[in-house]
Amino acid sequence: MRRGFPIVLRMAQTIEVTGLRKRYGDVRAVDGVTFGVEEGEFFGILGPNGAGKTTTLEIIEGLREADEGDVSVLGLSPWPRNSKLLPRIGVQLQASSFFERLTAREQLRTFGSLYGVASKKADAMLDLVGLGDKADVRVEKLSGGQAQRLSIACALVHDPELLFLDEPTAALDPQARRNLWDVLREINTEGRTIVLTTHYMDEAESLCDRVAIMDAGQILQLGPPATLVRGLDAPARISVATGVLAVEDARLLPGADDVADDGVSLIITTRDPSAVIAAMAAKDALDGVQIHGATLEDVFLELTGREYRA
Amino acid sequence: MSTFESFKSLSRAMFLGFRRDRTALFFTVLFPLMFLVVFGGIFGHQTTSKVKVLEVGPSVVLDQAVAHGDLAKVMKVTKTSDRADALRKVEKGDADAVIEQHGPELVVHYSAADQVKSGTVRGLMDSLVQSANLAATGKPPAYKVTNQQVEDDSLKAIQFFTPSLLGWALASAGVFGASQTLVTWRTKGILRRLQLSPAPIPTVFAARVAVSLAVALVQFALFVLVAQLPMFGLQLGGSWWMAIPMVLSGVLAFLAIGMLIGAWAKTQETAQAVTQLVVLPMAFLGGSFFPLDDAPTWLKGLSYIFPLRYLNDGMLNVMGRGLGPMSALPQIGVLLGVAVVGTLIAMRLFRWDAA
Repeated sequence: MRRGFPIVLRMAQTIEVTGLRKRYGDVRAVDGVTFGVEEGEFFGILGPNGAGKTTTLEIIEGLREADEGDVSVLGLSPWPRNSKLLPRIGVQLQASSFFERLTAREQLRTFGSLYGVASKKADAMLDLVGLGDKADVRVEKLSGGQAQRLSIACALVHDPELLFLDEPTAALDPQARRNLWDVLREINTEGRTIVLTTHYMDEAESLCDRVAIMDAGQILQLGPPATLVRGLDAPARISVATGVLAVEDARLLPGADDVADDGVSLIITTRDPSAVIAAMAAKDALDGVQIHGATLEDVFLELTGREYRA
Repeated sequence: MSTFESFKSLSRAMFLGFRRDRTALFFTVLFPLMFLVVFGGIFGHQTTSKVKVLEVGPSVVLDQAVAHGDLAKVMKVTKTSDRADALRKVEKGDADAVIEQHGPELVVHYSAADQVKSGTVRGLMDSLVQSANLAATGKPPAYKVTNQQVEDDSLKAIQFFTPSLLGWALASAGVFGASQTLVTWRTKGILRRLQLSPAPIPTVFAARVAVSLAVALVQFALFVLVAQLPMFGLQLGGSWWMAIPMVLSGVLAFLAIGMLIGAWAKTQETAQAVTQLVVLPMAFLGGSFFPLDDAPTWLKGLSYIFPLRYLNDGMLNVMGRGLGPMSALPQIGVLLGVAVVGTLIAMRLFRWDAA
């Protein structure tokens, strides 16, 4: 073989997506998406409803065929149904796709058997997601958080290298969400690559190494959450209880762009929070002070618009 | 990984799911059995209710007949001495006739209200007197009648109802089971989940079919056992075992129909409604609830569009009528044909997800 160019050696990425397109009738569900996911990375795909997140994920998982573009997962092509690839990926679906009237343990064993996993190993998975004491409870009787954890256990039962999670914390209460985050972090620490879609910005900010913000079938921005937030250059909001500082005095603070008092809190908007805080400290007006920086949510809304879309 | 292990484990999961579904258990097992018990109880003993006769004063002719003959099978004789009360009972319809004997004369008091019963009594009394007259001459009778039923002596209603109600039970379990499973799996995303596992998809469906076949055999065993209880008295034909391949091919046909409905219907409600629309008319017109032998020709013809008709016919032949094993072969052929065609159409309509 004649080699005209020096070969660039690099680690194959876990997922490589190039120029992906998928059309449903006139709707371009996915319209030219390109990104890569590194091995061991926790990758998030964010976007409003109908942004094309789920379709993108389904193409990568091998559930749908792309109209255009290339997808490589663990160096293999997911379409058509690739039984070499399937044992290496785990997928947690949006709906809790369980067999009816089985207990948590039976459920896991059944899914495990599809991958040739021994019952004992399937049982051990229950402890990993903290369902050890619910082993004999039927899935219909599990709470929302427990059912989500079981469905993650079902996705992990065959020890996949790559895990897909589609809105894993949708409809969970705050405790259950945080509990699930801990589970997911632990799974990621074990060296597994995780791809997650979510509506919750705090979730992506807290879990993901990098996020891709999608809308109308395209990726608008891609990067670590902190980088995206910093790139937004959004003002910070400093609030104290009403009465701690008069509105007129607040306006005169160095660096204060805008001041508002709603009768509960006085809110100062600024691009120079340290100067404002220093001046407030000098006036001894820091009672109950809170500083809100921009969040991923601000980035998201900036990119996708604040307009409500049903 | 072993495909067989996946098959076993999936079958087990689906069987557990079925066994724990009280509603499904009731409708596939208990409900048809209740029908069997009720129908067997009503028609099983062929008790075309006996004629009730009141005997006022001693009647030698009647007493002798009751003592020697088969009269007790068709007539219930009660002795009384209150003539006025006895006549009133006939008038009110509490009894069918009053009989008194005055010397050589047998008097039958009857009511014109029930022509059939009074006719029966009068006919019976006529023949009693005739045979008494004949006996009085001391000569052997010149002619005699021997009655013979076409069917086996034991062919009672239970012989018909066991296979035909079983056919209905199998049809409803098969069609419901397959359509509900398919729609539920699709709407809940289980089909997607299975598609994402490396287990071969045919294995998954084979497991579901295996569970249905096993459940059908349990239904068959229960039906036959209950029908054989002394109170119902089913007598199985010599080649009853041929009913087993019959049952299995019937289940395959109904599963195929159910899959077709399940592949087409978008929601469980639709699937349920369509299943009812298919199963109920099929049960009535396919001859599960009443024999079609006396039905008008057009109805008989119509009944052959329903796969259930073939299952009922085949099972009735080998179980109820005691015909040879070959008598079920054409029906098995038709049912397997329905299974193949139904499956092929279902595969064309099949969708992995609800979208």
